[in-house]
Amino acid sequence: MIVAFIQRAVVQGIPLLFGSTGEIITEKTGNLNLGTAGVMYVGGMTGVIGAFLYEQSAETINPVLAVLIPMLSCVLGSLFMGLLYSFLTVTLRANQNVTGLALTTFGVGFGNFFGGSLIKLTGSDTPSITLTQTSNCFKQALPFADKLGWFGDVFLSYSFLAYMAVAIALIASFFFNRTRAGLHLRAVGENPATADAAGISVSKYKYLATCVGSIIAGFGGLYYVMDYACGVWSNDGFGDRGWLAIALVIFAIWKPSLSILGSMIFGGLFIVHNYIPNLSMSMQEIFKMTPYVVTIVVLIFISMRRKRENQPPASLGLSYFREER
Amino acid sequence: MGKQAAIELKNITKTFGSIIANKDVSLTVNRGEILSILGENGSGKTTLMNMISGIYFPDHGQIFINGQEVVIRSPRDAFDYKIGMIHQHFKLVDVFSAAENIILGLENEGKFNIKQSTSKIKAISEQYGFEIDPDKKVYEMSVSEKQTVEIIKVLYRGADILILDEPTAVLTPQEAQKLFAVLRRMRDDGKSIIIITHKLHEVLSLSDRVVVLRKGEYIGTVETKETNETELTEMMVGKKISLNIDRSEPKNCETRLEVKNVSCVNREGVKMLDSVNFEAKSGEILGIAGIAGSGQRELLESIAGLQKLTEGQILYHNPKTGKTDNLGDKTPLQIRDLGVRLSFVPEDRLGMGLVGNMDIVDNMMLRSYRKGKTMFLERKKPKNLANKIIEGLEVVTPNANTPVRRLSGGNVQKVLVGREIAASPTVLMAAYPVRGLDINSSYLIYNLLNSQKEEGVAVIFVGEDLDVLLELCDRIMVISSGKISGIVDARTATKEELGLLMTKNNGGTTDEQ
Repeated sequence: MIVAFIQRAVVQGIPLLFGSTGEIITEKTGNLNLGTAGVMYVGGMTGVIGAFLYEQSAETINPVLAVLIPMLSCVLGSLFMGLLYSFLTVTLRANQNVTGLALTTFGVGFGNFFGGSLIKLTGSDTPSITLTQTSNCFKQALPFADKLGWFGDVFLSYSFLAYMAVAIALIASFFFNRTRAGLHLRAVGENPATADAAGISVSKYKYLATCVGSIIAGFGGLYYVMDYACGVWSNDGFGDRGWLAIALVIFAIWKPSLSILGSMIFGGLFIVHNYIPNLSMSMQEIFKMTPYVVTIVVLIFISMRRKRENQPPASLGLSYFREER
Repeated sequence: MGKQAAIELKNITKTFGSIIANKDVSLTVNRGEILSILGENGSGKTTLMNMISGIYFPDHGQIFINGQEVVIRSPRDAFDYKIGMIHQHFKLVDVFSAAENIILGLENEGKFNIKQSTSKIKAISEQYGFEIDPDKKVYEMSVSEKQTVEIIKVLYRGADILILDEPTAVLTPQEAQKLFAVLRRMRDDGKSIIIITHKLHEVLSLSDRVVVLRKGEYIGTVETKETNETELTEMMVGKKISLNIDRSEPKNCETRLEVKNVSCVNREGVKMLDSVNFEAKSGEILGIAGIAGSGQRELLESIAGLQKLTEGQILYHNPKTGKTDNLGDKTPLQIRDLGVRLSFVPEDRLGMGLVGNMDIVDNMMLRSYRKGKTMFLERKKPKNLANKIIEGLEVVTPNANTPVRRLSGGNVQKVLVGREIAASPTVLMAAYPVRGLDINSSYLIYNLLNSQKEEGVAVIFVGEDLDVLLELCDRIMVISSGKISGIVDARTATKEELGLLMTKNNGGTTDEQ
C-alpha cells in the first residue's frame, strides 16, 4: 500500500516537476511566465496530435518513431508558446502577468479545440482519444524493475520521461550554480541593468531561458497524457496542474533540486485523499487544497525569514529597456 | 611627457524625445591624466559618459580611441576598447558575492573557476591598495566596499579608461581621500580617468584638466592649475553667483520639537535609534551629520510619524495654541489634523516623495487633493504652484505636464523641495536635499532653507557635506550607530571634530579607520 502510494505520488509529481523546472529556468531570468499552464496544455496536445497522425498513417508502429514523433511535435508546440511569450514581453515589453494569463487561456483553449477535433475525426462515442500503442512505447519501464521487490517498485518502475525530469532538474541546478552561463542567467533575473552593463545580452538570455523553460514544461503535458493518463486525452483532464507547477516553484524557493522533492510531496498531497478510507466528497476537496496551503505557508515563511538568497529573483515580472529613464 | 589622446569625442549629439541631453560635444582625454567633467544638473554629463560606455548610442558624432574611429554599440564593445564605467548607482547584483559580481559578463576566460578569479582579484587589490573580501555578499557590504567592487570589476577587465560618475557622493571624507589616493596611483600607472563630480574642491585637488558642460553643450576645457573656483562656477552656470551662505543669527528661538529618549527598531529587529534626546528650535537650522545609515532616516521618519517608536516620546509645541502634543503615537494624517505641519523630504526622492509616472502638477496635488471642496479635483492651484516652482527654482523641463521620471535627478529634487516648502511648515525636515545637485541648485536650496529659518521655521537638515553643514547650520548634531554622539555649535566646530564624532561608539565592521 505504501509502495503503491509512493509510486502514484511520483507519477503525479513528474508533470509538476517538468513544469516547475521549466518555470524556474524562465523565472531566473526575470520572466514570470504565468502561461506555464497553457504551455503544458499545448505541449500535451501537440504531442497527442503527433502521435495520432503517426498511429493513423503507419501500418506497424515502430517504437522509436512512436516516441520521437510526439516528443518532437511537443517540443515544437511548446517552443512556439515560449517564443510567443518572449516576443510579447521582451521585444514588445508587454505586461508579463497579462501575457502569461492570456497564454494560459489560449493554451487551454488550444488543447480543448484540437482535442475536440480529433475526437470528431475518430468518430468515437466517448469524449476522449485513446493512443494506447504510443502510450505503451512511452511507458516502457526498466526490464529488471519488477525483480527487485519494493526497491524496484519505488525507484525503478517509471518510464524514461520520469527519469528525464529528474535529470533535467539536476542539470538545471548544476547549470545555475556551477557554470558561467548560469551565473549570467541569474544576473539577468536579479538586476538586468547590471547584467547589461557587464556586457550580457539580456534579451538573448530571456528568450533562450523562456523557450528552453517552455519546452521542459511542455514535456510535463506530454508525460501526463502518454504516461499518467495511459495515452487517453480527455478535454480539461489536465486540470490545474500548471498552476500547481507554478506554486511548486515558490515551494522549492527557486531551486530545481528542491523541486524534485517538492514535486513528490505535491504529488502525494494531491492524491492522499484516495488513500484515506471513508472520506466524504467535501473532505476530499479539502485534501486537494493542501498543496496550495503548503505553498502559502512557504511564502509566509520565506517572507518572514527574509534570507536574501531565498527571495524570488529581484526583477521578476519586470521588463527591461536599456534607455529607460 | 608626450600627450597621447586616449579617447576623443567629436560633435556628439543625443536626444531623448524632445529633451536634448547632449549637443555637439567634443572633448579629448589623454593617457595618464585625470579629467574632471563639471556641469550643472541636466547638463548631460552622465548621458555623455553613458555613450562612451555603450549604455546609450549617440544620434550623431564620432568617437575615436587611440586615434581610430570606433562604434560603441553595447557595454561589451566598450570593454573591448578597454573602457570601464563606475556608475553613480552601483550596478551590482545584491545576492552575488564580490567575486561573482566582478567576473560577471566575462566569457573569454576559459573554464569557469571562481578560485582562480579570486586570486586575480586579490592581486589587483594589492597592486592598488584596496581592501576587499571576494566571498562577501554585496548586500552585506557598506557603500564604500560596493564602490571598491565596482572599481575592481573594471580593472579586472583590464580597462585603461575609467569613468567615475560622482564617486564621492556617498563616501565619508576619509573614504574619499582613500579613493583619491587609489585614483592617483592609477593615473601614474598610465590609465586615463574621467571623473564626474559637483564638488569643486575635489575637482581642484584631484584632476589635471577640467571640461565644463552647460545645458548639454560643451563650454570649454581648462588646466586645473590655471583656474579657480570662481572661474569654474562661472563657466558652469554662465553667470557669476555668490558661493557664500548668508547665515543669520537665530532669532526668537523657542523649543518647537522635543525628542525624548526615542528608540526604534527596523524590520529585522535591529536597533536603529538608541535613546535619542534633542530639541529643535524655531528660527534655527539644526544639522544632522553621520555616516550613511546611522539612523538619520529612522529619526526623521519617527518625527514624521512613519516609524513606530519602541520607547520615548516626541513632543511638539504648537506655536498657535500653545499646547504640547505627543507625536510619538500618531499617524502622519493625525499629525496633519492636529495642525502640526511637518514637511518631509525623504532620502529616496522618487520612492517616497514623488510619483515618477505622474507629471509635476499631479505631484503637487498629492499634497493638496484633500483640500478640495467638491468631489472633483481642483487643478488650477496646483498648476500655478507647479509653474511657480519651475520658474522660481529654475527646473529644467519642457513643461509642467512632463512626467517627473523624465527629469534629471537634480530637477526632481527641486520639485520635491519646492513643494514641501510651499506648504509653509513650522518644522521642515530635509534629508540630503542637495544630494546629486550642482552648485547653483544647491545654493538655491540652502538659501530656501535659510529663508525658512528666518521666517521662524525649525529646520532640520540632514547633510553629507561637512563643509556645508558647518557653513549653513546653527547647531550640528552628530549621530553614530543610532546614538547621538554629540551636539556642537556650527560656528566654532571643525570638520575633524565632526569626523571623530561620526565614528565614535561605532563598534561595527564598517569602521575602516
